[in-house]
Amino acid sequence: MDRPVESDPPPALDAEAATSGAEAWLAAKTGGLGAPTAGSDLLRLATAGSVDDGKSTLIGRLLYDSKQLPDDLLEQITQTSRRRGDEYVDLALLTDGLRAEREQGITIDVAYRYFHTPRRKFIIADTPGHVQYTRNMVTGTSTADLSLILIDARKGIVEQSQRHMFISSLLGVPHVVVCINKMDLVDWDEAVYDRICDEFRAFAAKLDIQDLAFIPMSALLGDNVVERSESMRWYEGVPLLYHLEHVHIASDRNLVDMRFPVQWVVRPMSHEHHDYRGYAGQVAGGVLRVNDEVIVLPSGRRSRIAGIDTYDGPLEAAFPPLSVTVRLTDDLDVSRGDMICRPTNQPAIVRGIDATVCWMAETPLTTGKTYLLKHTTRTVKAVVEDVMYRIDMRTLHREEGVQELGLNEIGRLILRTGTPLLVDDYRRNRATGSFILIDAATNETVGAGVLLHSAVHGADIPVAKNLTWHEGTVSRARRWEALGQRGATVWLTGLSGSGKSTIATALEERLVGAGRFAYVLDGDNLRHGLNSDLGFDERSRTENVRRAGEVARLLADAGAIVLVGLISPSEADRQRVRQMHADHDLNYVEVHVDTSLETCEARDPKGLYAKARRGEIESFTGVSAPYEPPSSPDLRLTGDEPLPDAVDRLLALLVEREIVDVD
Amino acid sequence: MGMETENYECSHVAVLESEAIQIFREVAAELERPVLLFSGGKDSIVMARLAQKAFWPGSLPFPLMHVDTGHNFPEVIEFRDRLVAELGAELLVASVQDAIDAGRVKEETGPRASRNRLQTVALLDGLREHGFDAAFGGARRDEERARAKERIFSFRDDFGAWDPKNQRPELWSIYNGRIQRGESVRVFPLSNWTELDVWQYIASERLELPSIYFAHRREVFRRDGMLYAKSPFVELLPGEEPFETTVRYRTVGDMSCTGGVESLAATIDEVVLEIASTRITERGETRADDRATEAAMEDRKREGYF
Repeated sequence: MDRPVESDPPPALDAEAATSGAEAWLAAKTGGLGAPTAGSDLLRLATAGSVDDGKSTLIGRLLYDSKQLPDDLLEQITQTSRRRGDEYVDLALLTDGLRAEREQGITIDVAYRYFHTPRRKFIIADTPGHVQYTRNMVTGTSTADLSLILIDARKGIVEQSQRHMFISSLLGVPHVVVCINKMDLVDWDEAVYDRICDEFRAFAAKLDIQDLAFIPMSALLGDNVVERSESMRWYEGVPLLYHLEHVHIASDRNLVDMRFPVQWVVRPMSHEHHDYRGYAGQVAGGVLRVNDEVIVLPSGRRSRIAGIDTYDGPLEAAFPPLSVTVRLTDDLDVSRGDMICRPTNQPAIVRGIDATVCWMAETPLTTGKTYLLKHTTRTVKAVVEDVMYRIDMRTLHREEGVQELGLNEIGRLILRTGTPLLVDDYRRNRATGSFILIDAATNETVGAGVLLHSAVHGADIPVAKNLTWHEGTVSRARRWEALGQRGATVWLTGLSGSGKSTIATALEERLVGAGRFAYVLDGDNLRHGLNSDLGFDERSRTENVRRAGEVARLLADAGAIVLVGLISPSEADRQRVRQMHADHDLNYVEVHVDTSLETCEARDPKGLYAKARRGEIESFTGVSAPYEPPSSPDLRLTGDEPLPDAVDRLLALLVEREIVDVD
Repeated sequence: MGMETENYECSHVAVLESEAIQIFREVAAELERPVLLFSGGKDSIVMARLAQKAFWPGSLPFPLMHVDTGHNFPEVIEFRDRLVAELGAELLVASVQDAIDAGRVKEETGPRASRNRLQTVALLDGLREHGFDAAFGGARRDEERARAKERIFSFRDDFGAWDPKNQRPELWSIYNGRIQRGESVRVFPLSNWTELDVWQYIASERLELPSIYFAHRREVFRRDGMLYAKSPFVELLPGEEPFETTVRYRTVGDMSCTGGVESLAATIDEVVLEIASTRITERGETRADDRATEAAMEDRKREGYF
C-alpha cells in the first residue's frame, strides 16, 4: 500500500491569496471523492468476521480506494505493524481501537467506521465473528440496513458465515451482500463462485432474507471492490461500492403503520407559549399528518393532530426517523411511554410476550426471574415464564427442555410483563418490535429481544383489562376423563384447492369411526356464520384466523379433536394460534398441505383460480396475495400423495404425540 | 433539514439530527441531573443547537458547563458568553486554575507544559459539586480509535472512569441510562457524525462560529510539524521562531495543545470543501494531546476524561 509521501507543508501564504486564490488552491488540494451532497442518504452496514477472511482488508480497501484513509492513520498503523514485525501493513489495525485488541491482534468490540461518496454516507459497524462474541455481532447488526458477509473462496461456507447470516435474518436486516473473497487464490474460477452461491442460497432459503446479492472479489487486489475486476469478466454484476451506493433503502422503513412513542412532554410554561402542550418523540412508523384522527394508547382516548412542530417551523407530515413534537386538538393526559397511533391501525396491547432473545451477561437468564424490560419509551417489569428452546449457535439447531440462557446464547422465551406493552411484529417494525432486558440489581443491559410471534391483532380491539378467565368447577382433566380422550387441534394450512378439507374430512371419518370425538372446522363454513362480517384484506384475514383459532381452542378444551382446514396464509397469524394453544397447555399440530400452485390451479374445484386470474377476485392467495409456507410444520403432506397415505401419516403423528390411541 | 416530504426522504444530516435529538430527550427523561459540556468549540455549538431543537419551544432542561483550562483563545471565550446569553441558559465554569490554587492538582512546567490532563480533575470536581449524573459531550467516533469503540451512553463509575472491556451493549436506539448513586453517564449524541457532517450541519443551519475557525493572520511557531499560536501560555524552545501566516483551527482546545493549519478557507462553504478533500484527521493534524502515545486517548478516558 505505497502512496506518495506528502510534500512539505505549503509555504506561508499571504493575505491577498486568501481572497483571490482560495478556490484554485482548494481545487489543487482536492484528492477525495468529494462530500456527500445535501440530497445524499445514510446507509448502515454491519460486517462480521475474523482477520483471516479478509474483512479488515476489505474495509481498509473501501476506505483507501474511496480515498478516505487519512494519511496520519495509515502512518500510525504502518509503524505499529513494523514494530510488531509484520511483513505487511495490517489493515485490521485500523478498526482495532483498543490497546488489548491491537496487542492480541483480535477484534473484541464493535468498531464504527465512517466513509462517504457523493451519493451516500456510510456507517460500518465492524464486529467480531467468533461465537464468544455473538452479543457484539447482535449489537452491531441491530441497526444495520445491510449485512456484508465475507466468504473465503478456498474454504466456502463455514460455521461463522452461517451464524452471521442467521443473526442478520433474526435482526431483520433487509439486505445481505455475500462477498466471495480471495478469488485470486482460486484462479478467478467461475465454477467455484457458482458452487458457493448455490450452497449459500440453499442455506438462505431456510431464513428470512429479503434481498440477497453475491459478488466475487479480491479485497487484497481490489477486484470488484471499487473497480470492476479485469480478471473476472464472466461476472456481470456490479462492484461492491457501486452496490452499496445504489441499494434501495428508503422503502425499508414502515410508512404504513403510524406509531409515535411519546418521549417527552413539552410544556414551556413561558409567557410566550403559555398554554403550549406538545408531545416530543421520534416517529417509529407510518406518516403523521396534521388533522389525522389519532388514538392515544393505552388510554384509548381519541383526538386529532393539531400541529407537527419543529424548531425550524411546522411540518405538514412527519415520517421515520424524524424527531418532532406533536400537538393534539384535545387536552388529554398524555405522558412518556404512551403511543399515538391511528384508531384503525393499532399495535397489539400485550402482557404475554413471545420473543427471541440474545443473552449478553455472564450470569445466565433463568426461568422465574424478573428483569426490567425497556421497549420504545416504556420500561416495565417482566418475568421469564418459560424458555421454549435455545438455538445452538454452532449448529443453529433448536435445543428444547432448557431452563436458562447463558452468555451469547439465543433462545425463544415467554415473558410476562407487569404493565401492558404496545408492540408490533419485529418484521413489520423494528422500533416497536424490539426491546432490551436490564438487570435491576446491577443496571446492566443483559439481553436484547425481538418480537416475532406476538399477538398482534390489527383492528379496534378493546383492552380486556377488567375481564378474567372464568374457571368452572369441572376441571379439564375430569372432563377429558369422562370423555375418554384428550382434546387437541390439528391445523391444516395450504393454498385453496390443496386438499385441506378432503384430508380433514377423511381423518374425521377415521376418528369418529373409531369412536373418537372429532370435529371439522372448515374455513368456508366459518365464513358463513361466525366470520361473515369479515372481508379478505390483511386485517380481516388475521381476524378470521384468530377467531378460528379461538373456537378450535375452546373445542379442544372441551375435549374434541378439532380438525381445522384454513388457508391461513400468514406465518405470524398461525404462530399466534399455536401460541394461544401453548398458553392454555393444549396439544396443537400444524400440518402444511403442500400442494403446488400449478396442481391447485389445475384442480380449481370451485372455479376460484379462474376468477382470480380474470381479476374478478381481489387478493386471492397464491394469485394476487402471498402465501407464507410454514417454516417448521409438524407435518408436511403433499397433494400428490394418495389420500389414504396422507391420512395414515397424519394419524400416525397423532398417535406418536399421544393425542389418540387408535391405529 | 433537507427533507422532501413528497417521497418521505431525508438527507443523511437530517437523519443524524433526528437521532441526536432523540438522545437528548431520552437523557432528559431518564436521568435526574444532566449537564451539557460546552467549550465554545464547533462541536459544542452544534450540540447547543441540537439541544435547543430537542426541547423547543421549551427551554433547555439542563445547564451548560465549561471546563476552563484558563489557557483559552480569547475569541472563543467571548463567543461562548455571547451564545450563552442568546440561549438564555445557565453557564457553570469548572476551572482548572481553581483546582491548581486549591492544591488538587499540580501544574506541569516547561515549554511542553499543558493543562490538558488537569482538565479531568476539574471536570470530575465540577460534576460532583453540582451532583450531575449525566454529562453531554460532543465527542465523535471518527475522531480517534478509542472513541470509535465507545458507546453513545458511556457508563462511568464513581471515579468517572471508563472501562472499555465492560461496556453496556447498545442496541437499536434503546438506551439504558440506569445508574447507581454516585455513578454517571457521559452521553455523546454526535457519536455517528464525522467532521464533515458537523461542518455540513453548521453550513445548513447557518451557525455562527468563533472567528478562529476561519482563515486569519496570526503569529505562530512550528513545533512537531504543527503550527502553534504564540501566546503567553507556551514557552518557546530554542530554535523556534515565530512568524506570521494565514491559519485556521480545525479543533479548539487550549492554546497549549491545539495547532492551527495553514488555510485560506474563510467561509463555511470553503471550509466544507477543504474538509471534504483533506487527507489528515483533525486530531492527528492539530492535537498534541493525542500524539503522546498510541493509546493516549484510551488512557485518558480510563482516568475519567471525555
